[in-house]
Amino acid sequence: MALLTATLRSAAPLIFAAMGGLLCERSGVTNIALEGFMLMGAFAGVAGTWFSNSPIVGLLVAITVGAAGGFVFAFWAITLRADQIVAGTAIVLLGLGLTSFLTEQIWGQAGSSPGVERLPTIGLGMNVLLPVAFLLVPITHWFLFKTKPGLRVQACGEKPEAAQAVGINVAKYRYAMVVISGVLAAVGGAYLSIGDLSQFTTNMTAGRGFIALAAVIFGNWMPWATMGAALLFGFAQALRFHVQALDLPIPQDLIIALPYILTLIAITGLLRQSTPPAGIGRHASEG
Amino acid sequence: MSMLPPPTSGDALPPANRMFGALPTVLSSLLAIAVALFAGAIVLALSGENPIPAFEALFSGAFGGQREIAETLVMATPLILGGLAFAVASRAGLFNIGIEGQMVVGGLCAGLVAAWDPGLAAVIHLPLAVLAGMVAGGFWGFVPGFLKAKTGAHEVITTIMLNYLAYRISTVVIGQEALPLVNPALQATQPAVDAARLPRLLEGTRLHAGILIALVAALAVWFLLYRTVFGYKIRTVGLSPGAAAFAGISWGRTIALAMLLSGLLAGLGGTVDALGLQGRYYNITLGLGFTSIAVGLVGRNTPFGVILAAVLFGALAAGATKMQNTAGISRDIVYVLLAFVILSVSGLAVVQQLRQAKRLTARARARTRDRAAEDAGDPMVEPPPPPRTI
Repeated sequence: MALLTATLRSAAPLIFAAMGGLLCERSGVTNIALEGFMLMGAFAGVAGTWFSNSPIVGLLVAITVGAAGGFVFAFWAITLRADQIVAGTAIVLLGLGLTSFLTEQIWGQAGSSPGVERLPTIGLGMNVLLPVAFLLVPITHWFLFKTKPGLRVQACGEKPEAAQAVGINVAKYRYAMVVISGVLAAVGGAYLSIGDLSQFTTNMTAGRGFIALAAVIFGNWMPWATMGAALLFGFAQALRFHVQALDLPIPQDLIIALPYILTLIAITGLLRQSTPPAGIGRHASEG
Repeated sequence: MSMLPPPTSGDALPPANRMFGALPTVLSSLLAIAVALFAGAIVLALSGENPIPAFEALFSGAFGGQREIAETLVMATPLILGGLAFAVASRAGLFNIGIEGQMVVGGLCAGLVAAWDPGLAAVIHLPLAVLAGMVAGGFWGFVPGFLKAKTGAHEVITTIMLNYLAYRISTVVIGQEALPLVNPALQATQPAVDAARLPRLLEGTRLHAGILIALVAALAVWFLLYRTVFGYKIRTVGLSPGAAAFAGISWGRTIALAMLLSGLLAGLGGTVDALGLQGRYYNITLGLGFTSIAVGLVGRNTPFGVILAAVLFGALAAGATKMQNTAGISRDIVYVLLAFVILSVSGLAVVQQLRQAKRLTARARARTRDRAAEDAGDPMVEPPPPPRTI
């Protein structure tokens, strides 16, 4: 039971970021910036809570900051047509640098913020954002496959030229998806800092943005499968704390490395076919 | 997945303006840096700091005297090698985000060999340790290159995963209580024996022979890229996989070898940091991998440009320490500056390409018009399409 709730708690922030990454990649924009958005969200959540004494306000601040970060990334990746991976790398660095710089500037101490109030819990150490994460999965599925804008997002990702030709504003849809990915990843970050914990520490996401991206790939860019991958990776994280308690004969470090090894296997297609959106990284009107 | 490579960053950053000489490239890099520093100054001002004394401290910490200049070069050393690693991969059309992991395994293996003490002479032990670091880094780079060549797996994803795997492996090895070569309490290898340390170049500073290795490596990369058949293949594959295939160049073989070379250089970067600066390998995130990407981008993936960019970022790193001590500003601002540099370089490169495309198109149109006026019978010549941007 403890292992189950721990799995759900570890998986939830991954699901937030992964659903954002999925929507963004489905629209045709490679998103390695998730890690940066998560860090910004984690920081903004704590900073907002600290200044207002209300974790709800903190969450709203995290959402705003995530949207702003997404907008910057979108401007570079879509309007300026900069290399999406280069721009994503810059966002990750920006997230890491700005949050640790501001932590020291605001609270005068390197490494961590003071403790702040947390979001309300719903029992068993789970906070209110946890069910929201799992609700996001059917919503994402429904949006992508059952609604007109969702199908258009897919068109933008699979064949941007064709989408453009039938009058879909590819740039507009991509902007929307990138900004949403920034918001969702930031909520995932806030989940960590004001949901699970009650403070911000430097680089507290510790690669979860990249693991979320890995979940998207492992889940073959499908919402339910991506959630499955996030649960698996969350289970690996949760297991790590239970290995000693359960006295399992598995080295702890191997379990932590599981998401990376599984993703390597998944992306090389050894397990099964991995097919990214065909038009990813391509612009509608080229050449 | 198709065997043809998807267009990657290499296409976005070719020396498109080579025909206009190197000067505009240097100028545009300087412009990008100026824009980034300006943005950094705004961030400092917004957070309630006066940017002018901050930048003064930064500058004097980097170039204020012999010791400061030496420190700048010390910081630049692994970055030259990392930047070269990024440049070689970029020239082959690959985005090597795995430099960090390649540096980790390189530093780890070099550190282990250097801590081992069988009483070898320095002429044998030091090259052995350096070789161990290069081979380990090369292997860690070869894996994603090989996977991409064989299965089409995108190198950005595989190298990110291999980065984390490298940290894990390093943590496991360093944590082995039973291994006499490591110090788990310190999270490091045992100190390198004297025979395996890179000698110090300047008394009273931390400047070590690694800088010479880095400069030789830059020269070697330049020779390899521009004076050998293999280098020609790398550049051809990077600029146009289709043309390379048509010319009989094996795409898979070339990118796998380019990644091997890239990893080798990155591994060497981790090695010089361990054997030269630290005197042992520390199991900590150095962040050198990300900085190396910025070095490669700002240096426009040319060996000479990489050296200049590495010195610039080395100066930032060296100066940030002084800025923190005297002006009380967190040295993490350097990462913010780094991000701004990457953003402004990638943003400006695109603006420049678009401008140039417009100019070329206009010129071609004018020529076509002239010719059409001269000889009304000639068919209209299509202006060349603008270069592809990603």
